Amino acid sequence: MALYHTDDQAMLAETAGQFMAEEGAIAKQLRHWRDRQCKDGFGHDLWKQMAEMGFTGLLVPEADGGLGMGNVEAGIVLEEIGRNLTPSPFLTSSVMAAGALAHASAEAKGRWLPGLIAGDSVFAVAIDEGPKHRPETIATKAEKSGNGFRLTGKKDFVVYGASADMIVVAARTSGSDSDEDGVTLFAVPKDAAGLGHNSVRLVDSSMASHLTLEGVELDGDAVIGEVDGGRSVLDKVLDAGRVGAAAEGVGVARGAMDRTVDYLKQRKQFGRMIGEFQALQHRAAHLYSEVEIARAVTIKAQQLLDGGAENASLMASVAKAKVGKTAQLAVQEGVQMHGGIGMTDEYDIGLYMKRDRALSEFMGDVYYHADRVARLSGY
Amino acid sequence: MADLDAFRAETRAWLEENCPPEMREPVQGEGDVYWGGRNATFKSDAQKAWFEACRDKGYTVPSWPKEYGGAGLSPAEAKVLREEMAAINARPPLSSFGIWMLGPALLHFGTEGQKKRFLTEIARGEIRWCQGYSEPGSGSDLVSLQTFGEDKGDHWTVNGQKVWTSYADKADWIFCLVRTDKANKYQGITFMLFDMATAGVSTKPILLISGNSPFCETFFDDVDVPKSYGEDIPAQVGEVNRGWDVAKYLLGHEREMISATGGGDRATSLGAVAARNGTLDPVLRSELALFDIDALSFTAMSEKFLDEIKVGKAHPAQPNMMKYAGTELNKTRHELLMAAGGSTALEWDSEETRGGARARDWLRTKANSIEGGTSEVMLGVIAKRILELPGA
Ligand SMILES: Cc1cc2nc3c(=O)[nH]c(=O)nc-3n(C[C@H](O)[C@H](O)[C@H](O)COP(=O)(O)OP(=O)(O)OC[C@H]3O[C@@H](n4cnc5c(N)ncnc54)[C@H](O)[C@@H]3O)c2cc1C
Ligand SMILES: Cc1cc2nc3c(=O)[nH]c(=O)nc-3n(C[C@H](O)[C@H](O)[C@H](O)COP(=O)(O)OP(=O)(O)OC[C@H]3O[C@@H](n4cnc5c(N)ncnc54)[C@H](O)[C@@H]3O)c2cc1C
Repeated sequence: MALYHTDDQAMLAETAGQFMAEEGAIAKQLRHWRDRQCKDGFGHDLWKQMAEMGFTGLLVPEADGGLGMGNVEAGIVLEEIGRNLTPSPFLTSSVMAAGALAHASAEAKGRWLPGLIAGDSVFAVAIDEGPKHRPETIATKAEKSGNGFRLTGKKDFVVYGASADMIVVAARTSGSDSDEDGVTLFAVPKDAAGLGHNSVRLVDSSMASHLTLEGVELDGDAVIGEVDGGRSVLDKVLDAGRVGAAAEGVGVARGAMDRTVDYLKQRKQFGRMIGEFQALQHRAAHLYSEVEIARAVTIKAQQLLDGGAENASLMASVAKAKVGKTAQLAVQEGVQMHGGIGMTDEYDIGLYMKRDRALSEFMGDVYYHADRVARLSGY
Repeated sequence: MADLDAFRAETRAWLEENCPPEMREPVQGEGDVYWGGRNATFKSDAQKAWFEACRDKGYTVPSWPKEYGGAGLSPAEAKVLREEMAAINARPPLSSFGIWMLGPALLHFGTEGQKKRFLTEIARGEIRWCQGYSEPGSGSDLVSLQTFGEDKGDHWTVNGQKVWTSYADKADWIFCLVRTDKANKYQGITFMLFDMATAGVSTKPILLISGNSPFCETFFDDVDVPKSYGEDIPAQVGEVNRGWDVAKYLLGHEREMISATGGGDRATSLGAVAARNGTLDPVLRSELALFDIDALSFTAMSEKFLDEIKVGKAHPAQPNMMKYAGTELNKTRHELLMAAGGSTALEWDSEETRGGARARDWLRTKANSIEGGTSEVMLGVIAKRILELPGA
């Protein structure tokens, strides 16, 4: 498969690009909700509009009412989300939770998917149990209780958790904390008794929850996939999350870079445009190279994932790590080359820096994925 | 698609039959590379057999037209061949500046007569070429070159000096930039082809930090270059005084070629290779992992770049970016290989290290970001032509 977008994908990119630049723009969304201290951290109206565009159910199979597209297409939307810093539960709801629900019973699908596709509901995923992403270790317990389960434990960094109508929770049904087997995924409704939220605002103005599960009682049909066999579904959800976050990161990097290059062409010092200084030209050119490379490997990982390739999971980690490094470079160089004005709240470049920091922790940072690449490569 | 599948099966069978096992081992140094030319010798029977099989099939230059010694493969077929060769680690049957640099320029700018003669010779490995661009006073600022060809009616008389001419002492012919109009900087350079055996041409090897000396100073002392080598075979490529266009076009290919040394086709993880020497220090392990991430990412970029070139989607200045990123990456690769090798990697002439191959390779890679245009020059081109930053 060629590593560029097909005509259909290019059309989607144009549509999504225009939509995010207009409706998802920084002034209209991120700043708007931030300045109002919005408890959700994103706009439900925009989510509804995204549903009208068909985005919310992009990855949901056509048989279930969605568009049946793949990670490449989701990545296209995410890249535009990243470029415009559009706060949206797209990645957690439409990519990760929807990916998990693909393995759920027809009943569960019927219960949750229509709301997602219509833009009426939002989902979250609860995997992490500490400040760093360690999905190999799941300590949250799910014990058999009647014909269902009883969940006890805590989860951290549940993005938009408090706004979610349903949260996909990874819990342990047997074995010890770091066992491969014995993990089960559950669809936990927002109003489940014993589910507690402590929601906090993050550096990028998004909201994330510390979840407490104190004997949360669930029916047997809350189980997604096989009891004790949830790891394989979880791995798929993680890979989709990794390449999705990578795609959004590419957007953040490109957005920061484009702004910076524009600034270099406008700002005058020493009687010249600062973009004439070779010291800045070379750094901008280096940044451009890194962004292009990060984008290439992200598209590669998306394609491999869609094709079910053997090395897809490795490449998902490669992409997440490469984008992590690159987006960090883009925002750091961005603020620096803006000079003092880059430190002001009024200029958007700082918002890119904040988003990058949050996104880079989401689904594992550079260090986590570098370690994973080494392990998967046998060293 | 079905056609391509058939081609793949056919190719696989052909390779199975024609690529000797010894030619499926990674290249371990200069001796393993066959460069062709008038005085070429083969290192082994296997090398000879492999070269000849490829030559006869047109696989030394698979995508060149059949009438010039190629196999006339479509881009998709050429990709299949590359993939199938990579899958068995097949060595390139022939390495040559003729294939990488002059050939593409001739395909684009050459007359029919030039193509028939020179491309065929290149494809068949008969003539080994060298590149006469750089001069002592003209490196990055190549257009300032001074080597002068005086018009003497039916020939030019060339005087001047070139430097860094790779393999000039082994090459049969040179493609050379010669000033033919002193009044016009850009439009006063002619791209000439001539025999290194012509009277007045002499070379002097330059010893490099790697201990090897594949480069030469090249001197032209009243060298008479005929204006024509036969009907429709002028000695210059493109028009007289318009050689800069050819030179620039060729540099694009050179940059692409050098960028490929950055690991474009490498599938093996450097960390896994390094770990064969024993346990890795944790910090080195993480450096290797970060490198592998960069290398795999660059591999994806190379693939994307080639795909985009095929359909004309790549920015014309993109080879500069590939050259920059690929060569910087390759230097890092060799720094890490040295670190992973420890004291063994320091050995300069032991048999175990094949004559200090690792150390010599490491030193050789330092030229990657200099030859064919330095990294700084690449960044300058990206800044101006792709990012359109102000100031020329
Ligand atoms: C938090 C903060 C506190 C401050 N406090 C004070 C204060 O108390 N009093 C005060 O007077 N000022 C203060 N400043 C201003 C500070 O001194 C300026 O921000 C600084 O001198 C840079 O100028 P600039 O912001 O206009 O950036 P610019 O000069 O516009 O620079 C933009 C970018 O271009 C680069 N650049 C500019 N010229 C060149 C060149 N010739 N070659 C290569 N690159 C170049 C810069 O390095 C930078 O990356 C403060 C700034 C900040 C951020
Ligand atoms: C191994 C090797 C093989 C080679 N093979 C050949 C060959 O076969 N044929 C041939 O013709 N040539 C060959 N070359 C020459 C090569 O093309 C030149 O070395 C190269 O173009 C750089 O020129 P220079 O060495 O004169 O460096 P200079 O141009 O003197 O550069 C010195 C330093 O200044 C920097 N610099 C120069 N200009 C600028 C600028 N505008 N902005 C910022 N920085 C700048 C450079 O990046 C470099 O770091 C070879 C070189 C090497 C090392």
